Amino acid sequence: MRPPPRGLDDEAPRSPGRVTTSAAGAPRESVIHTLTAVTDLVAQGSGPWINFDVGLFLDRFWANTINGLSYGSIYALVALGYTLVYGVLQLINFAHSEIFVIGVFGVYFTFLALGFQPGQTPNVPLAGIIANLVLAGAVGMILAGVAAVILERVAYRPLRKRNAPRLAFLITAIGASFVIQQVFRITRGSNPEGTIRLLPPEPLFRIFGAPVTNLQLIIIVAALALFVVADSFVNRTRLGRGVRAVAQDPATATLMGVNRERVIMITFLLGGLLAGAAALFYLMTIPQGAVFNGGFLLGIKAFAAAVLGGIGNLRGALLGGLILGIAENYGQSLFGGDWRDVVAFVLLVGVLMFRPTGILGESLGKARV
Amino acid sequence: MTEGLLEAVEQMDAAERAEHEAAVAEKVAPDREIAVSAGETLLAVDGLTVRFGGLTALDDVSFDVKRGEILGLIGPNGAGKTTCFNIVTGVYRPTEGDIRLEGQSLARMKRYKIIQAGVARTFQNIRLFGAMTALENVVVGTDARHRTSVPGALLRLPRHRREEREAVDKAMALLEFVGIADRAADKATSLPYGDQRRLEIARALATEPKLLCLDEPAAGFSAIEKDALSELILKIRDDGYTVVLVEHDMRVVLGVTDRLVVLDFGRKIADGEPDAVRRDPAVVSAYLGTAVDE
Amino acid sequence: MTATTETERAPSSSGGRFGELSRWWNARSRPQQWGLLVPVAAIIYLLPVLNPPIITTEPATSFPIALFNAAVFALIAIGLNVVIGQAGLLDLGYVGFFAIGAYSAAVLSSPDSELGVRFPWLVIVPIAMVITMISGVILGTPTLRLRGDYLAIVTLGFGEIVRLLADNIDPLRGNRGFQDIARPGGTYPDGSPIFTQNDAQGFYWLAVTIVIIVLFLMGNLERSRVGRAWIAVREDEDAAELTGVPTYKFKIWAFAIGAAVGGLSGTLFAAQVGFVNNQRFDVTTSILYLAAVVLGGQGNKVGVVVGAFLVSYIPDRFQFEPEYRFLVFGLALIILMIFRPQGILGMRQHLLTYGRQAYQKLFGAGTGVAPTSLTPSSRPAGEPAEAVPDDRSGSRPQGGGE
Repeated sequence: MRPPPRGLDDEAPRSPGRVTTSAAGAPRESVIHTLTAVTDLVAQGSGPWINFDVGLFLDRFWANTINGLSYGSIYALVALGYTLVYGVLQLINFAHSEIFVIGVFGVYFTFLALGFQPGQTPNVPLAGIIANLVLAGAVGMILAGVAAVILERVAYRPLRKRNAPRLAFLITAIGASFVIQQVFRITRGSNPEGTIRLLPPEPLFRIFGAPVTNLQLIIIVAALALFVVADSFVNRTRLGRGVRAVAQDPATATLMGVNRERVIMITFLLGGLLAGAAALFYLMTIPQGAVFNGGFLLGIKAFAAAVLGGIGNLRGALLGGLILGIAENYGQSLFGGDWRDVVAFVLLVGVLMFRPTGILGESLGKARV
Repeated sequence: MTEGLLEAVEQMDAAERAEHEAAVAEKVAPDREIAVSAGETLLAVDGLTVRFGGLTALDDVSFDVKRGEILGLIGPNGAGKTTCFNIVTGVYRPTEGDIRLEGQSLARMKRYKIIQAGVARTFQNIRLFGAMTALENVVVGTDARHRTSVPGALLRLPRHRREEREAVDKAMALLEFVGIADRAADKATSLPYGDQRRLEIARALATEPKLLCLDEPAAGFSAIEKDALSELILKIRDDGYTVVLVEHDMRVVLGVTDRLVVLDFGRKIADGEPDAVRRDPAVVSAYLGTAVDE
Repeated sequence: MTATTETERAPSSSGGRFGELSRWWNARSRPQQWGLLVPVAAIIYLLPVLNPPIITTEPATSFPIALFNAAVFALIAIGLNVVIGQAGLLDLGYVGFFAIGAYSAAVLSSPDSELGVRFPWLVIVPIAMVITMISGVILGTPTLRLRGDYLAIVTLGFGEIVRLLADNIDPLRGNRGFQDIARPGGTYPDGSPIFTQNDAQGFYWLAVTIVIIVLFLMGNLERSRVGRAWIAVREDEDAAELTGVPTYKFKIWAFAIGAAVGGLSGTLFAAQVGFVNNQRFDVTTSILYLAAVVLGGQGNKVGVVVGAFLVSYIPDRFQFEPEYRFLVFGLALIILMIFRPQGILGMRQHLLTYGRQAYQKLFGAGTGVAPTSLTPSSRPAGEPAEAVPDDRSGSRPQGGGE
């Protein structure tokens, strides 16, 4: 009755890219384990479907670190959006991941409008490519920023006026998130858009033997620059002071003449702009990533990053994003490619368990220069 | 149509009514004889210090609450009165010092265990369960003494049925005791403000506390309502409860308390009979600028 | 029960026709209510046999199968309602429990399973429920200590992890799945089996019966210390704790019970379909569950059954493309939250086992109408709750600042 023990070649069709080293058959007891103790699994760590490959981990340590910083920069930019809104409204803006997706499609459609076609390698000089990238990024940022403001107007403001319970905000956010997702699914189909790669990755130099590509360098530097801009906006400008004041004490801030509604709008706008920028970097790294549900995993990870660093804290979002990006790369080497996302989730749960206020602590209001 | 209890009470003569009220009181405080027994220490606050970051909210405060008394905890705004309540009920943990109820330390106890140990409180800003009726709110209080959990409730085991029956009885009696029985079936949030305060007191009493902490129960009351409240507080004490009262209104405080503890900037500056405390120079200077007799 | 009527009108909740309906229903005596419920139940049982013209989903979808799916959906919604509606915990990974239930049935009975056992369905059900309950506790223990809104995202992650595990772990067979999952035994008098894959009628009756039993049990919980603790936690967790409610313990219970019901519905589903693979447990499905609960009326178990029926039945009846489901019900969530947050049937639940008797004793038996106007009271009836600091949106423990 039972099927014969299966070897390595007999893999589930949906996971073609897995790296497996051990060929031993799965111990039968492990089936029970999987069902009862979901969280034990990663710790359990042996068997054909999960590795514990320290060799590979050490081997790729620096490459993973650099790649992780690049991914982490993208998470950090999206995490900033979560953190800003959370700081001001104490609301998890579930639909922020879809704001990001709007940015991704904005960037993608700009590519198309500029005459780039899927599959072709563009024959444009470097300066032109960079100009095109900047233009696409600007469109993505504007679209995402405007979408975030509209979302706030349509979905959240009516609830705020009614002084609705927190659960209502969350449910609305989830509803909005799905509506945006499904609009893309229905209009663009459920398959990813064709790959458009403007700038192929080329190693520029090596750090500890690990290559650093032009993409990685651009993304890390640009993300850091955007972070510095956002951070100085919140900490040094008049508007930013309003944001911090509302985060600290909305009632008093209103009494002191801060326009709360405007602050909320600016917060959503800023979060959207940063998500749009992240969308550009995302599409540069993963050109096949323009798909309706592309924001889901990234959104959860970015949120995890925000919590990891301390939600409501801008620097925490940056730190959390970078750490998460690096950690999941390490996890991928250690446990195998299929476990990359699981590592991120386990990290999220672990952080919430042991340090729910994050590494740098919470509070946008207290973030000072 | 059978006549309801409320109508029946309306139609009672004086003797019947006294008997009925005694029956209600018995339900409200079944163990009153034990509770009233003596004036020994019920709650001991010992060297209590609380710091939030750099701010010291309470600084080495010590006082006792004696069984069967009404202790007033007063002081200007920011003196640390509510912090004191929050420590006693486990909302915050003391930085230093200890609080003991009948010798048992509350400082590290879980919050709901503190309630079960015998401390109940009301809130400065009313916090009722808005989706429940008045009666249901009070029954939640009685649940603190219940042991039914999921299996018992799922299968309606005998203990569950007994507890439910007794809880409803007791909660009814409590509503009558605080004077809002006619509101039993109303949603808690649809009650008038004063009745909401009374409902909170009933809910707190339902947990069968040894010590009842009232946090500014007269806030927002008219003079008539304040008098009625004072009467209720005295009635609660006469029923065998010990009461700690945080209140700004000096007329209520002086009208009901047996003893006063005065806090100022987190330190205790006086402790004694209301009349003596009133003349204490430290107290007078602490209140300078604010009228002692509002 | 009799007495809650008038006051319901006061706040914004439960207005409109359905509010009237609930008032009318509450004014009936117990026997009257039963007299109405029994025929309704009979009609529900007979639906697949009657196959009434306009209502039927045929020819596109087999009507018994559509009904069975609706009934399973109702069961899921009842379980999720405990978590979201009663305890106020936003669980977005509920599909994970459904998946664990279905996979338990598969692993314990399919010939494809490496366990090599073929347990009968009736044995599987309690095992699967225990397994899902344990996973609920495992998920809840760390997360339920957290602030409520973190819970949503952690549970979302959990639902995704369960799916990823089904993908990644070889013994769970990924896309190939498990064939030949056990179904309940039993035959009609003529010897033909009741529970077959092609004819969902038997399964529908089984599902409806389970729904009714679970409704009864949940009703028992609701009108007990447990149900009151849940509502208290939902309304004001700190105040609940300071009224002696062991909030953490009851939140875990809510999670565990919700999970167990989710697991039960998973086994039911697996038995009918006879096949389980990793394709059915997208986290997005959780959103349909959420929509069912919110649409019907959070906290109201009858309401969520209605909501679940609508969410499952409408697409079958009107032949939605599957992707439109998510769009339509996502929109429904936003619109409901803005315009009718209490859902279609926004009834207040009764939380006392002997509440009816108590109110009758107080106001006199037979008072079907509101007590406020009848009772001797010095207060003007219906006086508005004046200047009550209703600050629930930001309710945190009030600091020591005074």
